[in-house]
Amino acid sequence: MALLEVKDLRTSFRTEDGIVKAVDGVSFSVEKGQTLGIVGESGSGKSVTCLTIMGLNARKNTISSGEALWKGKDLLTAKPSELRQIRGDDMSMIFQDPMTSLNPVHTIGKQLVEAVQLHRDVTTRVARARALELLKAVGIPKAETRIDDYPHQFSGGMRQRVMIAMALINDPDLLIADEPTTALDVTTQAQILNLMKRLQEDFGSAIIMITHDLGVVAETADDVVVMYAAKVVEHADVSDLFNRPQHPYTWGLMGSLPRLETDTERLVQIPGQPPSLLRPPNGCRFHPRCPYVMGVCRTTEPPLEPTEHDPEHLQACHLDQETKNREAAKLLESTMAEAG
Amino acid sequence: MFRYLVRRMLWAIFLFLVITFVTFVIFFMAPNDPARAQCGGEQARRACLVLVTEKLGLDKPVTTQYALFINKLLPISWYYDEAWHATPQLQQPTLGKQYATGASLDDTIKQAAPVTASLVLGGAVLWMIIGLSVGIFSALRPRSLIDRAAMVFVLIGVSAHPVWIGLIFSYFFGVKWHITPIANYANFFGAPPDSGLPGGPAQWAYHMILPWMTFAILFAALYVRMIRANVMETLNEDYVRTARAKGAPERRVLFSHVLRNALLPVVTMLGMDIAVGLGGAIFTEGVYQLPGLGRTIIVSLQAEDLATIQAVVVFATVSILIFNLIVDLLYAWVDPRIRLS
Repeated sequence: MALLEVKDLRTSFRTEDGIVKAVDGVSFSVEKGQTLGIVGESGSGKSVTCLTIMGLNARKNTISSGEALWKGKDLLTAKPSELRQIRGDDMSMIFQDPMTSLNPVHTIGKQLVEAVQLHRDVTTRVARARALELLKAVGIPKAETRIDDYPHQFSGGMRQRVMIAMALINDPDLLIADEPTTALDVTTQAQILNLMKRLQEDFGSAIIMITHDLGVVAETADDVVVMYAAKVVEHADVSDLFNRPQHPYTWGLMGSLPRLETDTERLVQIPGQPPSLLRPPNGCRFHPRCPYVMGVCRTTEPPLEPTEHDPEHLQACHLDQETKNREAAKLLESTMAEAG
Repeated sequence: MFRYLVRRMLWAIFLFLVITFVTFVIFFMAPNDPARAQCGGEQARRACLVLVTEKLGLDKPVTTQYALFINKLLPISWYYDEAWHATPQLQQPTLGKQYATGASLDDTIKQAAPVTASLVLGGAVLWMIIGLSVGIFSALRPRSLIDRAAMVFVLIGVSAHPVWIGLIFSYFFGVKWHITPIANYANFFGAPPDSGLPGGPAQWAYHMILPWMTFAILFAALYVRMIRANVMETLNEDYVRTARAKGAPERRVLFSHVLRNALLPVVTMLGMDIAVGLGGAIFTEGVYQLPGLGRTIIVSLQAEDLATIQAVVVFATVSILIFNLIVDLLYAWVDPRIRLS
């Protein structure tokens, strides 16, 4: 049994302008100890998917349906108290902005101890020892003294380390990382990613890595879900995704990656804007921006189907397999050529 | 920390001098002759006027008069002999005497200040109870029936004048339903023997119910609105989501994570409002005939008794400065981000 199995998850927000379908029929599963990458632009529904799983959307004005089976138990229908026991214990989350994710009026030690004591009936002394252990594990220098410091005394990267320590302190089976490196500078990003990889080996947690950065996915993920406008457009094993990308949106994302080896003047970008989820386009949601658009794309929504070469590789595009193979090969070739 | 304290103290002294000097100058320029007041008003005799002017130093320049006034407030006198020799000697600090009657202003303040303090501190407790409970509830259930009712209350509270509210309360609670007394003050520590006046804690609270309600209603309205806004804003903070992601129950999220942050600005405002209130809750004291600082000011204004007004101003200034200092120190204690700067 998968650790987490998400089936046809839908989340909508009631707003003054109408109903926004932020997540529209998303399915995936996470196996023990594996890393799932969820990629997509801002507003594609990556974060909302995970917040829905965690039960962290504002209760009001949110409508969710589908299933999120955690070890066989549906989180969407679970009682708040049951969810609370899972959150922060079996399943924890790291957020995008470490500068605002820690409470400014409590010491980080207090916040870490709280995380332990919410789930374990241990004395403060024991919880504090555990907190110290985790701070050392995430590489906070002089952890013994820094444990009594306040968040504003830490840099962004250090705060994200504290957040990671807090997320891992109860040895969770699943860690959801919502763009954990987006708010950090590039050198710190690499440190944090390496740290997460190392800790995953030590703790054996599964990870859902939400990102808009294919580079991060390539480095960390085993499985990748590509989301566009609240829907999954492609879902594949990481090597398969990079070797045989099947969806024009994925091609676009890959084409827009910067490369060290070439002197590109300007990065390729996907033309246009992501659509409004208030009134998404008919047919394929990517069709207004797709360079390969056909008549059928404007009227009929392509189903998420297995590809011919691999039943595990899912994609949602009307293009014929021949064109897809050709374009994927072309993309790969140019990458290879650039890489020399 | 010590340096900060010293700097704050010096600043407070400076402010005190500025405020008292400005009041002093205003009174100096007012068309009013304290000597005449002491010599019996319109029928004052010339000899008396000359004598009193000389005695009170009213013929001296305003700066000298001010220096004398300030000097009297200090425990050491260095400026006060006939030949203007600076011979420091210990003295009892005093606010001076009333011009017309010669009554000690220290006694006036000592009698009036506890009345105003009872009103303001009791009122503050009341408005904080209302502000916290209604404000937090409204923030947690925005647009609910209670939230809407609270907003109506806020609108009434900030719009209605305390005198009007006081009269309405007196009429219904006192005159019509006979629930509470509608005037006068009962001493907390008991009335003077044989005075026949009510006294003791129970009578004190009984007499203060309506004044507290009247005084608190405006602040309660303001605080409900502010606490509601602050709590709603803090509920959307990322660290509140973090607390929920840790698995903290809602009650803990609210008390440990939301309120601690949302109430930081409330601490500042509370300190200021109490301090300003101590300067005299003029309307409430007027309506309920409480012999506090506010009523003292009204009576003195009518009697053109400038010395008393100056004494109240000095007292109010000092209490505001002290409360501000306390608030700043308290703030540094509750908000760790302030401490280092």
